[in-house]
Amino acid sequence: MGAVVGTLTMQTKQRRPSRDKADDDLEMTIVCHRPEGLDQLEAQTNFNKRELQVLYRGFKNECPSGVVNEETFKQIYSQFFPHGDASTYAHYLFNAFDTGNTGSIKFEDFVTALSILLRGSVTEKLQWTFNLYDINRDGYINKEEMTDIVRAIYDMMGKYTYPVLKTDAPKQHVDAFFQKMDKNRDGVVTLDEFLFSCQEDENIMRSLQLFENVI
Amino acid sequence: MAAGVATWLPFARAAAVGWLPLAKKTMPKPPVDNSSRSDEILYVNVSGVRFQTWKNTLDRYPDTLLGSSEKEFFFNEETQEYFFDRDPEMFRHILNFYRTGKLHYPRHECIQAFDEELAFYGIVPEIIGDCCMEEYRDRKKENQERLAEDTEANEATDAPLPPHSTSRERLWRAFENPHTSTMALVFYYVTGFFIAVSVIANVVETVPCRPPKGSVKDLPCGEKYQLAFFCMDTACVLIFTFEYLMRLFAAPSRCKFMRSVMSVIDVVAIMPYYIGLVMPENEDVSGAFVTLRVFRVFRIFKFSRHSQGLRILGYTLKSCASELGFLLFSLTMAIIIFATVMFYAEKGTKGSTFTSIPASFWYTIVTMTTLGPVWDSSLVSGCFPPDGPVDPVLLGPKHHHLLHLQLLWFSLSNHEFTDEMTYSELCMTESVGFRTSRSTSLSSQQGAQNNSTGCCPRRARRRAAMRLANSTVSVSRGSVQELDTLQFKTTSIPPQTRSSLNAQPDDLKLNCGDQDFTAAIISIPTPPANTPDESLPPSPVPGILRNTRATAYTHETVKISSL
Repeated sequence: MGAVVGTLTMQTKQRRPSRDKADDDLEMTIVCHRPEGLDQLEAQTNFNKRELQVLYRGFKNECPSGVVNEETFKQIYSQFFPHGDASTYAHYLFNAFDTGNTGSIKFEDFVTALSILLRGSVTEKLQWTFNLYDINRDGYINKEEMTDIVRAIYDMMGKYTYPVLKTDAPKQHVDAFFQKMDKNRDGVVTLDEFLFSCQEDENIMRSLQLFENVI
Repeated sequence: MAAGVATWLPFARAAAVGWLPLAKKTMPKPPVDNSSRSDEILYVNVSGVRFQTWKNTLDRYPDTLLGSSEKEFFFNEETQEYFFDRDPEMFRHILNFYRTGKLHYPRHECIQAFDEELAFYGIVPEIIGDCCMEEYRDRKKENQERLAEDTEANEATDAPLPPHSTSRERLWRAFENPHTSTMALVFYYVTGFFIAVSVIANVVETVPCRPPKGSVKDLPCGEKYQLAFFCMDTACVLIFTFEYLMRLFAAPSRCKFMRSVMSVIDVVAIMPYYIGLVMPENEDVSGAFVTLRVFRVFRIFKFSRHSQGLRILGYTLKSCASELGFLLFSLTMAIIIFATVMFYAEKGTKGSTFTSIPASFWYTIVTMTTLGPVWDSSLVSGCFPPDGPVDPVLLGPKHHHLLHLQLLWFSLSNHEFTDEMTYSELCMTESVGFRTSRSTSLSSQQGAQNNSTGCCPRRARRRAAMRLANSTVSVSRGSVQELDTLQFKTTSIPPQTRSSLNAQPDDLKLNCGDQDFTAAIISIPTPPANTPDESLPPSPVPGILRNTRATAYTHETVKISSL
């Protein structure tokens, strides 16, 4: 049955993934992405069918074409953080969601990431976060990347912060971070160092627990 | 947008993981959403039409009836659905608002019904989408004006007076509603008669009469029978003054009355006489005095009280004031441009009449209004005519109906508006809620009192006029060319007049002197549809806009042509 559904639903037919902004509107009307079958997605993620349905209905309502491009992503994120400039952080987030580097987020990407962040194991969540911080995807977080991320977060927070951050200068914040994470003092943080350090930190662990069942 | 927030909220929360490791403290717990994701389908029965929607869809707008717990009052336990005894057609639009986040205004619906539905469901009209907002606003404004006008009409009806009204109130009522009493009616007709007499006297006193014995030169009748005319004028002015004072006395609010248009017209009509009485008979001021006498022609506007058509015309002008203003402005621009060009083109020529740019203004104005100049122009300017009459191109496609209304106005007096259907066709293409019935009602306005548009002819007519006034249609170009044109001629060749709305040929021979101005009644030349006009639909009307003026630059005179 799943196979029938799977074959009946069309495959991805993403055409002309051009990055030209002027063509974006036109592109949206041409590009139409349909996700794989419900069963497949259910298997791949930690959501059940109902949740996937709800998510998809909302997603489809917002993006009838089936994909989210970076501009839309930034706009959405800005809605939640109107006090600051969320565009930089949204950009990094977008890259983290867009695992295939296609320039747009399909529903599968969206749901996969949500599944990890909301229903995944602690390790998976931390891995995802590491991936987010590692801007150039080279497996290491160096100081520049970290500074960029922290600055982006500060920009986004604007005057109000959630969680509450003290008014550290980004540099001090980065230094503190490296102090904690970089065990072998080589100037970069690897995935293992990151995982290890985070699991040591009680605050982080407790906070991660809160993300269960946010959906 | 509410829907967006609801959809992306889990994503936003999840993305907060990103700054977790950077946080120094533990994050506070996120608010638990108890109205869980267990989505269910709700059934809404609106007068028998069953609608179904997700509960979440309705929850998007919690401050409306359907989004809040208020809908529980309408829940029918037996059928497990929400029952509303309202219009299902309208509900469709309301529900679409929840679904898409945009509220659209259905054009075929009555604006008041729509407003009532919105009020019932707790939706503010301000959120109507941009696509429909303009239409909504226009209709609302139109409706409000119509209502205001209707209530005004209702107040001014012939309802019997309250028993304890003072004589002042009764007098005012008699003035405003002549039908209420015989005396008022008599007075109404008498004033009307005297207005007509006054106007005719003004006209007749300039007619040349046979000269008295012993003189060769023709005299205008005004001078020959000076005493008679003076007496008639005095009588009229006395009556008008008496009427004005009576109205002033009777008016419930004197300040308001004095500021009203009709009162101003009354004053302007009688002031010249009194000023003339007190003015000394010396030469210097007599010129000014003559000018004052021109104001006597304003007495004709006193007919507004007697004629509804005139009032409607006045409202039309008033409500199209901005368009008229723009028209004037653009004409001025064009005049300045062409005058400048003409001046510099003619600068080198000896004996050119374009001695300065303001002097060129006259030439330009006269040509643009297709009157044609009287002096001959040099070869240069003959080869370079300014761009003739004001084309619709200048006015833009939006304003071409401006000119059509002028034709319509003419038809009011004549019932022979052959282009009426064209006009109504044209109107249908406008996006401003025109109705064909309007043109029929306007054209039959002066004729039979019955109308096709409603049970109450007067109301329908006024409504039609209001609609007309509210559209962007405007009357003729005001200052440059009145409904009468001025004919400027050196010879006494009668201009060509061709149409049903004819001037009396005799009128044109009124003044045979050189360089005299004559008022002539405009005529609509039956147009030879020879002009392609990009903005107008094919109709004979465009032909009127470009007038044959090929010979305007020669010695010959003028043709009277209308716009």
